[in-house]
Parts: sequence; C-alpha cells; structure tokens
Amino acid sequence: MTFRYNNVYINATSTVAGPYEQKGPLKNYYDATYDDFYINMDTFEQAESKMIEDSVDILLSKIGKTKFDIDLFLSGDLLNQIASSSYAASRLGIPFMGVYNACATSVEGLIIGANMVENKQIKNCICAVSSHNNAAEKQFRYPVEYGGPKPKTATFTTTGSASAYLSSNKEQIKVDSSTVGSVVDLGIKDVYHMGAVMAPAAADTIFKHLRDTKREIGYYDLILTGDLGVYGRDILKEYMKTEYGIELKNYNDTACMIYDREKQPVYAGGSGPACAPLVTYSYILNKMKKKEYHRILLVATGALHSPTMVNQKLSIPAIAHAISLEVVE
Amino acid sequence: MEKTKYKDLVNKHTPKENRLYNGMIAFIIGGFMGALGELLRQLYAYFFDIPTSEATMFMIITLIFIGCLFTCFGFFDKWVNFAKCGLIIPITGFAHAMMSAALEYRKEGMVTGIGANMFKLAGSVIIFGVVSAYTFGLIRLLLGGIA
Repeated sequence: MTFRYNNVYINATSTVAGPYEQKGPLKNYYDATYDDFYINMDTFEQAESKMIEDSVDILLSKIGKTKFDIDLFLSGDLLNQIASSSYAASRLGIPFMGVYNACATSVEGLIIGANMVENKQIKNCICAVSSHNNAAEKQFRYPVEYGGPKPKTATFTTTGSASAYLSSNKEQIKVDSSTVGSVVDLGIKDVYHMGAVMAPAAADTIFKHLRDTKREIGYYDLILTGDLGVYGRDILKEYMKTEYGIELKNYNDTACMIYDREKQPVYAGGSGPACAPLVTYSYILNKMKKKEYHRILLVATGALHSPTMVNQKLSIPAIAHAISLEVVE
Repeated sequence: MEKTKYKDLVNKHTPKENRLYNGMIAFIIGGFMGALGELLRQLYAYFFDIPTSEATMFMIITLIFIGCLFTCFGFFDKWVNFAKCGLIIPITGFAHAMMSAALEYRKEGMVTGIGANMFKLAGSVIIFGVVSAYTFGLIRLLLGGIA
C-alpha cells in the first residue's frame, strides 16, 4: 500500500541521545545528550519516558509553539504497553495515539500523521519514538548487570528519543510518499540475529515501493534501512539481488552509522525504534538541507519479537515501512 | 525465497564465533577460579584449624560474597562478558545471576520486584540442580548400594 502526498512537510525535528550515542560519530548532530542512563529519574523506564518529554519540549521550542497548538501526538517505544510513550503523553496532555511496530514505529507514526495532515483531518502533529538500552535489555533479555555474553550478530539497542513535527506549512523537507509494509517471516528464530529476521521485510517493502511509484532504485540519492546491522545489511543486499534482481546502490543502514563499531562494544551495530530516526532526523536531514541529498527513502525495519512466542518455538515476524523524503525549493 | 534457501543465505553472512578462543579463556579463568577456591579452602583449614569439609563452606561463602559485591559495584558484568563460562559456571556465576536480577527489580517492591524476580535466571539452575542430584543419587544408590 503506497500513499502519495502533495502537502505534507517535516517542519522540524529534535533528537536526544544517551551516553553511548554521545560518543558515537554523530555526536555533534543531536540536540541534547545525556551522560548516564538514569537522567535523574528513578528507573530506566522513567528515564525513557523523560527522554520523550525532553525531545518534544525541544521540538516545541524549535517551532515556537506550545502543546496547546498541537492537534495530535503519535508515539511508540519498545516497552510493554508502550509505557514510556503513554506516561510522556499523560504529562504532555496532547491528544495521543500510541503506535507500535517495534523498530519500525518511527515511520509508522510518520505515515499515520502524514495521511491525516494530507487529508486535512489535523493541522499538525508530533511523531515521537524512543528506546532505552537498559530498559530494553531488562525486558527482552537478561538483567543489565548480568552482562551475559552475546554473539557477534547481536545488536545494541540505542538510547534516545526523536520527534518530528509534521504540517502542511511549506518548508524544505517534503514528505513525498510512503509505503506500508507487510509482515514477512522467513523462519528465523535467532533473537541475536535480528538483521536476518528483518532483511526480507525491508526487501519486500523497498520492492513494493519502487513498483507502486514506478521508480528505479537510482531515483533515490540514499536508501536507508533502520537497524539491520552490518550482517543484516549484507544479507539484504544479496537477498534483494537474488529475489528481485535489484542492486542496492546508494544504500546504507542507520545501525552501522550511529556507533563506532571499532571502538564501542555494540556488536553488529545499533537497533531499537530510536536508531533510524536519531540518524535521519539529525545527520541525514542536515545533509538534505545542505542539498547533499535530494531524495531519500527511509525504510524503518522492525522485528515483531515477542519473548513468549519465541519461547514457544515460533519464528520471529518482521515488518518494514518506507517513507520517501524530498528537498523542495 | 524458500525458508531453507534463505537460511543458507543467512549462514553465509553470519560470522563464526571463535569457539576455541572463548573456550580457552573460559578454561583458564575457570581453572584459576578453581585454584583460588582450593587455596582459600586450605587457608581456612590451616589458619582456623577446622576440617576441610567445613573450610569448603567458608570458601563458598567468601566467593559468593565477593561475586555479589563485585556485581553491586557494577564491573562484574564486564568480567563475565569477557570470561564467559569461566565466571558463569562457578558459584560466582550463580551469585551474580541472583544479585543482578535483584538489583534490576529493586524499585518494583520487595515482594513483586526482588522476591518474584531474583530467581529469574538462577531458578532453573536450582530446579535442574535438584532434579539431577536426585536422579544421579538414585543411580548411585542402585548401582553401589548404601556406602
């Protein structure tokens, strides 16, 4: 399912990031960073919620509006019952819709928001997303202080929150089109190899997007996938070629950009709902505003991982949503 | 693409874990832990003038205490990550598993947090430890009779 937009723009974005991202190669592009995982809060979960609030506050100050001017707040995260988003929304008081598609949540939110703005159901909206390394480890894996060994294919959940403000006010970054992905499951059960889980979903969505928009792969200056990691990136390239006969040019993966894999203990790269937007809303949009990229396709990939279902020996389904952004004069 | 074919593609791009290296590290550090335990046991037996069976208990308590303390100080997880089974298999790993879970859930209440989650990792060690002790004890009894 592909949507086209004539009148939706990303007017502003904000990014806040944690201690590991602060030491990564994109450190100068974030609006704010935190030195520790607690951010003066009691627990990791509350810290994650605080990050969403902080990122929305920064965004509101950037666009010079108050929360009363915002029609809709779309947010999601990895925690059970998307708790971080719900608690942030409870304090913000903006009409709220919670969204969840694991690490594809960011683009899912953008698609819903863009559709409503395009159809003039709302004037504007804020799409936020967050993830917190320790809160995610606690929920999905082992206690943080346990530090259980992981294989090389594991990814490191990013800590941070990113928000985007969408409206029909014309500005540089235009939302051109979006493709809603289907859930793909090729039988991978390894929770430490999410790149392999998600690569077919990314390929499926990229293929459908190009087919629906009748575009060639070279139309985009940059194709960005969410959080496949270095091994997932290689899998996607080969899968795309053998399955669809498409050679991925001008392609990168945000998981490989957010950290310095040589120096930081992040295994195959970053992951988490915040990974793709942290890179895109800071570094990539910056490059677009400088006209280094004119057209990009952001494909956020999500492993719809449920520990319960994996324990019941089922494989992990994955999804990818794509959104195409353009620079306009 | 078929699932089996995709699995082959994934395997092609999946790096091999260095099992020999990991095994060596675990062997050396695990062996060092064993030697440390034996040293402590002998020292306790010598200085406190107690039978070695009692000294064993003191040694275990010491190692558990050190494991828990280091977990609380926040650097034992980095050691575990490096030494892997060299520190997970000895009694320190068990203490570390319980302590890290207790730390993680300390803000969620004594009963619903610490009490309910402390054995999250270590619980299966206890269950299967008891079951296998029972099974092998029974086998030994059947084969050798009461010694």
